[in-house]
Amino acid sequence: MTRILDARQLTPVTKLFRLEAPLIAASARPGQFVMLRVREGGERIPITIADYDRAAGTITIVVQEAGATTRRVCALESGDSLLDVAGPLGSEIDLPPVGHICGVGGGFGSAALLCFMRERSALGDKTTTILGARTRELIILADELARVSGAVEICTDDGSAGFRGLVTGRLARLIAGEGSGRPDAVVAIGPMAMMRAVAETTRPHGIRTLVSMDPLMVDGTGMCGGCRVTVGGQARFACVDGPCFDAHEVDFDTAMRRSKAYVREEKIASDRAGCASGRSGGHASQAH
Amino acid sequence: MPVRRTDKTPMPVQGAQARAHNFLEVNDGYSIAHAAFEAERCLRCQHPVCVDGCPVHIPIRDFIHEVAAGHMAGAARILRSANPLPAICGRVCPQESQCEAECSMGGRFDPVAIGHLERYVADWERTQPLAIESAITETQKIAIIGAGPSGLVCAGELARLGYPVTIYEALHAPGGVLRYGIPEFRLPKAILDWEIDILKAKGVEIVCNVIIGKTLTLDDLTGKLGYAAVFIGTGAGLPQFLGIPGENLNGVYSANEFLTRINLMRAYDFPNTDTPVRVGKRVAVIGAGNTAMDAVRTALRMGADEAMIVYRRSDEEMSARVEEYHHAIEEGVTFHWLTSPLEVIDDGGGWAAGLRCQRMQLGEPDASGRRRPVPIPDSEFVLPVDNVVLAIGTTPNPLLTRTTSGLATTAKGCLLADDATGLTSKTMVFAGGDAVTGAATVILAAGAGKRAAHAIDAALRANGRDYSTTEASF
Repeated sequence: MTRILDARQLTPVTKLFRLEAPLIAASARPGQFVMLRVREGGERIPITIADYDRAAGTITIVVQEAGATTRRVCALESGDSLLDVAGPLGSEIDLPPVGHICGVGGGFGSAALLCFMRERSALGDKTTTILGARTRELIILADELARVSGAVEICTDDGSAGFRGLVTGRLARLIAGEGSGRPDAVVAIGPMAMMRAVAETTRPHGIRTLVSMDPLMVDGTGMCGGCRVTVGGQARFACVDGPCFDAHEVDFDTAMRRSKAYVREEKIASDRAGCASGRSGGHASQAH
Repeated sequence: MPVRRTDKTPMPVQGAQARAHNFLEVNDGYSIAHAAFEAERCLRCQHPVCVDGCPVHIPIRDFIHEVAAGHMAGAARILRSANPLPAICGRVCPQESQCEAECSMGGRFDPVAIGHLERYVADWERTQPLAIESAITETQKIAIIGAGPSGLVCAGELARLGYPVTIYEALHAPGGVLRYGIPEFRLPKAILDWEIDILKAKGVEIVCNVIIGKTLTLDDLTGKLGYAAVFIGTGAGLPQFLGIPGENLNGVYSANEFLTRINLMRAYDFPNTDTPVRVGKRVAVIGAGNTAMDAVRTALRMGADEAMIVYRRSDEEMSARVEEYHHAIEEGVTFHWLTSPLEVIDDGGGWAAGLRCQRMQLGEPDASGRRRPVPIPDSEFVLPVDNVVLAIGTTPNPLLTRTTSGLATTAKGCLLADDATGLTSKTMVFAGGDAVTGAATVILAAGAGKRAAHAIDAALRANGRDYSTTEASF
């Protein structure tokens, strides 16, 4: 059992948890994830580690209600426990110090940038974080990210906060020299469509770009192969070789199709989880 | 008893029609009368050669003698002194190629049904109150990585020798392949849980959700955590893929994923449980080992109308246990021998719709000693299928070796370990089971775990005198 020390609602569907997990906190690196389970008979889902505090022995995760398991997690409060939390799994984001790093976060994927931007800033990289969401209320952790990034730029579809438009629009402006200027490397974490759009934005400029893939996983330790992602024509296991891969090499079409394999079952499970509140349709297994 | 003494007493089984659609155990187990009759068939050889065929050297003649005399407690004691997992091994060992292959009754007659008797005694023991107490007398503690067969046996043996043992397991439940791989109808989880409870009663501590190589390193165990020795039993959990077109279509699973969803995550009970699996009307399983048989029979139980084995060699080269093969035939599994898959065909919506195959014929023997399958020209055809399950083998998981320096491996990723002791290239670090051999059997892993336990004991006792003698030289 892993105890929840703090739980904080970030948006109506997104919640931040600080967990007592000293062993995971001691070895976690940016880009890694944990597998968690909330009940007997429950599924194992991957959740990216948003941040860690080695001294306090805690890790932070952000969970968005999307399926049965994430709904059950989001119903928990400070003082409750998660049945199983195992990690840190996956490989850390592998990027040498490059100069100017731009993190692009979409929706609750922004959370996964917390520890990454902090470490890159500490390493001496120039850092810019671009956050995107449909509307102002769905932008999360902007203040926290502002503390660990050189600059934070916010984009909303409806213009209710920051720049009106998509993160890729703002990224293109940076590449053109506006704001903090052209990045030397980009790390995008968020919905698959956003990550693909970021890949297409940087591709013509030859800017090294990593994306954090969140395929369906069963064990998260390299055992099932269900999380295989086609990267540069090769099948790679997101749980061991990833979850971050070269965005310009990822086969997003296959990844999107595979992530929807169980939409029907996820709806059934989600409805049974007691929250058929019109927010269904996501998939049960979401890493960010 | 409707059998002759020259014949093995048949194992009572659940009818094939019924069992092909449920997850209840196939074999019902012997009655006391069956067991007594079968035990009397043993010739009580002066030199019991059956023992030579057993990787953990159970005193087979002696325990069978106790069964014949009606002394079940004595039989159970003898069994457990040599094998910490008798209820499991009695169910999943390939006895026909081990103890029973050596039996003196064999050749002219059927060998004694040693496996069935082992299972009988272990199941009898399960009906008795647990009379096991922790007997931890030593102070030097030992860490075991992985709660699969080799780790469990190594732990049980070390606990019996008096050592405090902690098993670190990556998944949320112990058992390794016994839990995620072998289906309920062949090894009920209640049996596994009981064997594990016995180990816990002996004082073995099991810590789940800790991935050595990630949560902690191997060097943490011997360093800051102060373990005097480590046994690595991480198995061979990494599934292999064929690399054929269409392999990433929806509906294509590795056998590991297919079986883990159903066994460990209990997808057969979805939506009472949360992990789904989608099994269509026609399921093709590629391969013909025990895992393939488990997968194809599981597919039937999950509601497939047609469950098929597709194998590029013939039944002669199949590596599955003969009992599983016979059970699969009885249950209605179909077999496409000498058939090699070339491509999984898309239904147009990203799901598997067919398997394009090629007929093969057997040529000259290859490196494995088996005749090499050679394609027959112009023999391609398409099997309509909804699912393809790849049971073509597994290799050791690289999580631990990638994060541990000084741990020597073969080109295939198997740990290098001494045959007799399990000692690896690292001081006081031992290994056994599939992590060393590549995918093999439960009992070979058990044997390796047991040998390593004794080697660890010997090394720790020797350490009092000269620590350096435990260095391996690779």
